[in-house]
Amino acid sequence: MSSTVPATSSYWKRNQQRLAPWLFLAPGMIMFSIYVIIPIFESIWISFYDWDGLGPKTWIGVANYVELLDDEAFYTSLKNNILWLVLYLLAVPAGLAVALFLNQTVTGIRLYKSLFFFPFVISQVVVGLIFTWFYAPDFGLLSALIKTVTGESIAILADERYVTLGIIAAGLWPQIAYCMILYLTGLNNINPEQVEAARMDGAKGWSLLWNIVLPQLGPATFIAIVVTVIGALRSFDLVSIMTDGGPYGSSRVLSFYMYEQALSEYGYRMGYGAAIAVVLFMIMMVFITMFIVRMLMQERNA
Amino acid sequence: MNSFKAALALGYALTVSTAFAGELVVNSDQTDPAPKKAMETLIEGFKAAHPDVTVKWNNFDHEGYKSAIRNFLTADAPDVVSWYSGNRMAPFVKAGLFEDVTDLWTENKLDDQLKSAVKSMEIDGKKWGIPYSYYQWGIYYRKDIFAEQGITPPKTWAELIAACEKIKAAGMTPFAIGTKALWPTGGWFDYLDLRVNGYEFHMDLTAGKVPYTDPKVKAVFEKWGELVKPGYFIENHAAIDWQDAIPQFVQGKAPMYLMGNFAVAAMVDGGLKEDQIGFLQFPEITAGIPMAEDAPTESFHIPSGAKNKEDARKFLAYLATPEAQTKMNEVLGQLPVNNQSAKSNDPFLKAGFEMLANAYALAQFYDRDAPAEMAKAGMEGFQQFMVKPDSVDAILARLEKARGRIYK
Repeated sequence: MSSTVPATSSYWKRNQQRLAPWLFLAPGMIMFSIYVIIPIFESIWISFYDWDGLGPKTWIGVANYVELLDDEAFYTSLKNNILWLVLYLLAVPAGLAVALFLNQTVTGIRLYKSLFFFPFVISQVVVGLIFTWFYAPDFGLLSALIKTVTGESIAILADERYVTLGIIAAGLWPQIAYCMILYLTGLNNINPEQVEAARMDGAKGWSLLWNIVLPQLGPATFIAIVVTVIGALRSFDLVSIMTDGGPYGSSRVLSFYMYEQALSEYGYRMGYGAAIAVVLFMIMMVFITMFIVRMLMQERNA
Repeated sequence: MNSFKAALALGYALTVSTAFAGELVVNSDQTDPAPKKAMETLIEGFKAAHPDVTVKWNNFDHEGYKSAIRNFLTADAPDVVSWYSGNRMAPFVKAGLFEDVTDLWTENKLDDQLKSAVKSMEIDGKKWGIPYSYYQWGIYYRKDIFAEQGITPPKTWAELIAACEKIKAAGMTPFAIGTKALWPTGGWFDYLDLRVNGYEFHMDLTAGKVPYTDPKVKAVFEKWGELVKPGYFIENHAAIDWQDAIPQFVQGKAPMYLMGNFAVAAMVDGGLKEDQIGFLQFPEITAGIPMAEDAPTESFHIPSGAKNKEDARKFLAYLATPEAQTKMNEVLGQLPVNNQSAKSNDPFLKAGFEMLANAYALAQFYDRDAPAEMAKAGMEGFQQFMVKPDSVDAILARLEKARGRIYK
């Protein structure tokens, strides 16, 4: 490749050291700006318009945001998003528990580990369908169980009180497996000498876990929380597969509501959809900033 | 899943597309077996009549088509597209994406032959496509169960309520329904409104001229409540699709089903014999109001960006002929729009034809008469009402708010 660089270019020679990194960064930066940075600003821009995607755009200022403030469906989605965030984080301790349980040397442990990891490998769409059948009234396993225990049948996905919880439970199944894998790799890297030393000092059970093991799992915990928070905020596929936002919109989350408003058969309100996307982006920004700040601080300390 | 299909369809639209001169590109969404075969019949017939034109047919997945059409109409328009009449085509007409085909109607004297669909194909006094098929809605019921219980098919609301009481007392639930996809609720609202307030009011409402808080709308929900509150609809309907409710009908757990004629095929597939299924017109509620019916119409249109408009017009003219419509609808199991087409021998189509021929007017269905956004909000409200009938005032207030925003 070096032959393609003209040897006579003195500018190139003088600035080679300075330019080379940018050249290497360029493909990534161009892709990143085309697919991430520019669309973010475009979305913000579109959110000030009333636009159906086909006809002319009309500038309406912040009217989309004003409407959002007075939109019941928006608050339902926001509430569900918060519920998702909080409950989805259960995947972290649950994953840790499973990882600790599986972190032993028994015959066939690899098989058990892979079985536990299985739900993460299958597609979210399949997870959604399996759980839809699991919850289905009349023939679903869970509703049959509930019926034998309580004598009443509950259609979880048709009841506004339980529907979001039901979807989150479906989402937790693969997410726990994901966190488990993160912790299992973390547990492999634990310093056995420290554990040994702690045991000699009489640490056992909880105090051993809390004071010796968990601190060493810090990086794994950090990653687990990051992927879980992001997973909770973009919980679109399960909602779409399992309920399509129903019954009467009570299981919507922001990402689904945005899709419904902007892109679904009954929507095509690009401006309003973009406004929802901007709000979701702001919420994500809070977490992203937190993570970045933490990462920078760690790098500085290191 | 829909978005995934849409993406697929979009990818498809980008790869297929462009035609050569003398080639007619037709985009449609007829992937189910019967519609697909009907489409093949239509194309064969057209080829026989116009051997100089080659037809290139791009068949799309039904759900994906709804998004794909927006892309290909603007980007690389085919010559003929399938779509729906009424308010569903309004956005495309308003955006100037559909071709005015009034000339085809006048030339071929279609105003007479396609009379029942004139209103639904017209926007701003011009016609925007050719309708070729429609089907009736009504209450399908189990003839054998009705006979067993000594119930005669109800003709009035009071008789319907009495029949429901009898069915409930016998340990069954009167009506099967699955509202997960929302639209089955639209059929109920349409019929109740058409029977309580009449066609004109229903059209004014779906056109956004009447507030949803109007006492007349409230009256519709009161009638609906008379069925919801005593539990005359199957439980957990919000969790299931319309097909999932068919087993309840087949097993005799719910002997009535308000549906479109396409449901008969599913009922027969489920193991019922045709003579076990009866069809009845939705009973009268307010005496003296002329009976209008729901009959969604299917149609073909020419995009304004079409490259081969001459052959596209030939195609639409052929589609309008009684022969083409007879052949197509025989395969589809639906009713031809052209009133000079041959009549079908199918008992349900016969019943439907008679009902629609005497109908005062035809509504297109709530999600086609009302703009898409309003339809979504409305049907969500209907579903909520069918689960929580007591929140009717909150629902109507919400719909009124949506109306204020959508019809500007």
